[in-house]
Amino acid sequence: MAIARRLASAAEYILVPALALLCSLVLFGAFVGVSGRSPLDLYFYMYQGAFGTWFSWQNTLTRAAPLILTALCTALPAQLGLVIIGGEGALLMGALAATAAGLAMPSAPPLVVQMSMLLVGAAAGGIWIVLSGALQHYRGVNETISSLLLVYIAIALLNHIVEGPMRDPTSLNKPSTRDIGAANMIGTIPGTDVHWGLALGVVAAVVCYVLIFHTTFGFAARVSGGNIRAAKIVGLNVGRLILIVCMIAGAMAGLAGTIEVVAVQGRANANLAVGYGFTGILVAFLARHNPLAIIPVAILLGGIGASGGLLQRRLGLPDASILVLQGIIFICVLASETLYGRFPLLNRLKA
Amino acid sequence: MTFNRVSRRRLLQGAGTAALAGLVPQRAFAADTVVGFVYVGSRDDYGYNQAHAAGAAAVKKLAGFKVVEEEKVPETDACEKTMESMINLDGASLLFPTSFGYFSPHTVKVAKKYPKARFEHAGGLWTDKDPTNVGSYFGYIDEAQYVAGIVAGYSTKSGKLGFVAAKPIPQLLRNVNAFLLGARLAKPDATLQVIFTGDWSMPVKEAEATNSLIDAGVDVVTCHVDGPKTVMENAARRGAMISGYHVNAAALAPEAYLTGAEWNWEAIYPKFVKMFAAGEKIPNFYRGGLKEEIVKVSPYGPKVSEQARKHADEVKAKLVTGNYAIYKGPLKDNKGNTVVAAGAELGSTAPEFESMNYLVEGVIGSTS
Repeated sequence: MAIARRLASAAEYILVPALALLCSLVLFGAFVGVSGRSPLDLYFYMYQGAFGTWFSWQNTLTRAAPLILTALCTALPAQLGLVIIGGEGALLMGALAATAAGLAMPSAPPLVVQMSMLLVGAAAGGIWIVLSGALQHYRGVNETISSLLLVYIAIALLNHIVEGPMRDPTSLNKPSTRDIGAANMIGTIPGTDVHWGLALGVVAAVVCYVLIFHTTFGFAARVSGGNIRAAKIVGLNVGRLILIVCMIAGAMAGLAGTIEVVAVQGRANANLAVGYGFTGILVAFLARHNPLAIIPVAILLGGIGASGGLLQRRLGLPDASILVLQGIIFICVLASETLYGRFPLLNRLKA
Repeated sequence: MTFNRVSRRRLLQGAGTAALAGLVPQRAFAADTVVGFVYVGSRDDYGYNQAHAAGAAAVKKLAGFKVVEEEKVPETDACEKTMESMINLDGASLLFPTSFGYFSPHTVKVAKKYPKARFEHAGGLWTDKDPTNVGSYFGYIDEAQYVAGIVAGYSTKSGKLGFVAAKPIPQLLRNVNAFLLGARLAKPDATLQVIFTGDWSMPVKEAEATNSLIDAGVDVVTCHVDGPKTVMENAARRGAMISGYHVNAAALAPEAYLTGAEWNWEAIYPKFVKMFAAGEKIPNFYRGGLKEEIVKVSPYGPKVSEQARKHADEVKAKLVTGNYAIYKGPLKDNKGNTVVAAGAELGSTAPEFESMNYLVEGVIGSTS
C-alpha cells in the first residue's frame, strides 16, 4: 500500500497544478475573447509560438535557461522559511564580477577564463544574497525587503561601474565594459542554438533537489524552516544554515548573470537588467519551491514568453497581455492550494 | 509533473513538424514582402518607439508589403529570437531592429545565420567588419534641436531654459549643446540647465527633474528621454513652455507647445522598403539630418512669435542645403576649455562630434 499511497499523492501534485493551468488558460481565452479575438486562434498561436516547431522549441528553451537558475535563488531560502526576492541583484553582481574576472586574464586559455568567470560570478551573487540573510539573522531586518532593496543598489552599482571605471572608451552611445572576446564565449548545445546555460541550470536544479531532499544538511534546513525554535532546541546552528543556503541561492543567480555574459552579451552593460530575477520568483512559487519542478515550470514560462511575440504579431495583442496571463496563472496556482486533499478518490488511496 | 510529460510529447511533435517543414502551419502572406519591426519599448510611448511605429505605419499603407511588429523586446537574446521568429514563422525578409542595443552582438549574429534576410538597424553602428546584409542608419537630430533652440531663445522671458536628459552619451550631449547654441542666436545670454536622470525611462525622476527646473526659474523645457510624455505634461501643467523630442507632442499641450525635434521615419522607411523590393542596394551606413529628411522640426505652436518663425525658418533652410555649421569657433565648454578652435566651422558630420563628452559654455550641469 505504501507505493499506492506515494503514487496517489504524486498524482495530486500533478493534477492540482494542471487544473490550475487549464483554468488560467480558459480565463485568459475569455479575456482575449472579450476583446473580440478568437480564443481558438489564441491557443493555436500560443502552441505554435512556444512548442509548435523545432525553432519554437529552441526559442522556449533559450528563454527558460536563465529562469531555472534565478528561480533556485528564491526556492532554496524558501526551505528555511525565508522569502528572498532579490535574485535580480545577485544576477547583476554576478555578471559584473564575472566580467571583471574575464577581463583581468586576457591571455589565459578560454577554459580557464570561463571557469574563473563562473566561480567569481557565483561567489559575487552568493555574497549579495548572504547580505540579506545576515541582516535577517543578526539584525532582524526583514529579508524580503532587504533583498528587494539590494536589487536597486545592484542596478546603481552596475550602471556606475559600467559607465565609469570599467567603461570601454569606444562604447560611445551604449556604455559597456570591454568585450571578453569571442574565444572566451561558451557555445551552444550541439544540434541546437540553445546555449549551455540550459544544461547548467538543469544540473544545478537536480543537485539542489538532492541537497534539499536527500542529505542531512537539507533535512536540517527544512527542519529550521518548519520551526526555528524546535531546530534550535535540537541543537541545529540555524545562523550557519541561513548563511550557507543564502550563499548557494545567490550563487545560482550569480551563475545566471555569468551565463548572460559568457553566452549572450559578451560584456556587461545595462542590458543585463531585464528582469530574469523577478520572473524567477514567479517560477519558484509556481514550482512550490521544489527544485525539480522548477525545470518544467521554467520551460512553461519560457514558452509563454516565446509565444508572446506571435500573439503580438498575429492577434495584435499588446505586450502586456503576456503579463496578464502570467498574473492569472499565478493567482490560479495560489488558489489551487486549497484543493489539496479534496479529491475523494485520491484520499481513499492515501488512507 | 504534467508539464514535463506534455512537454516531451510536444517535443516529439515539434521535431516531427520541423522535419516536415512544408506542413508547418503558416499564415499565407501571398507574394507580399514581409517587413518586421522590433521595438524596445511600447509603440505608444509618445517617444522613441512611437516615432519608429509611425514609420512602420507608413509602410503598412504601401501595396505589396506586410508589416509585422513586436514591442517591448529587451536587448538580450530575446531580440535575436524575435527576429528569427519573424523570419521563420512570418516569412519576413526585411527586418528593422530599431533599438541601439540590438546591434551588437544580436543583429550581427542573426544576420550571419540568415544571410538571405536583410537587416536595417537604427543607430548608425555598421562598420565594414560587419556582415553586408546588415545596414545601420541614424539621423543628426541635433540639427532639429538647434532650430528648436532658436524658437526657445525667442520665447523665453527668464532667459533660462531646461533640459531633462537620460545619460551623458555623445548623441544626447549633441542635442543639449545644439539646443543652447540655437537659443543663443536669439538671446546671447540664455542659459540651459540640464538634469541627468541616469536612465532612458524613469518617469518619476523625469517629473522631479522637470519640477525642479521650473522651480529654478526655467520657462522653456525640452528633453531627451525615451518617452517625453511625463516631461511635456508636467512642464505644461506648471505653466512652462515645451519643446518636443522624438515625436510631435502638441496634442499633449497645444497651447504650451512651441516646436520640437522629431524623427521622420515615415519618410525614410517607405523609401527603404521600396528600394529593397526593387532589388536596389540600401547603403549599409546611412546618416543624415534635415537635408536627407531623416529628422524634421514640428510645426510652430501658437506662442511662437513672427520674428522667431522667420529666423528659425531661415536657419532651417540653410541646414537643408547642407552648408551650415552649427559649431563655430571659438567655442568653449562650460569648464573653460576650448573645444572648437577660433575660425573653425564644424557641421553635423564632423567625426569629432561622434565622441562628444562636454557641455558648451552656457549649459549649467556636468557630464559626470
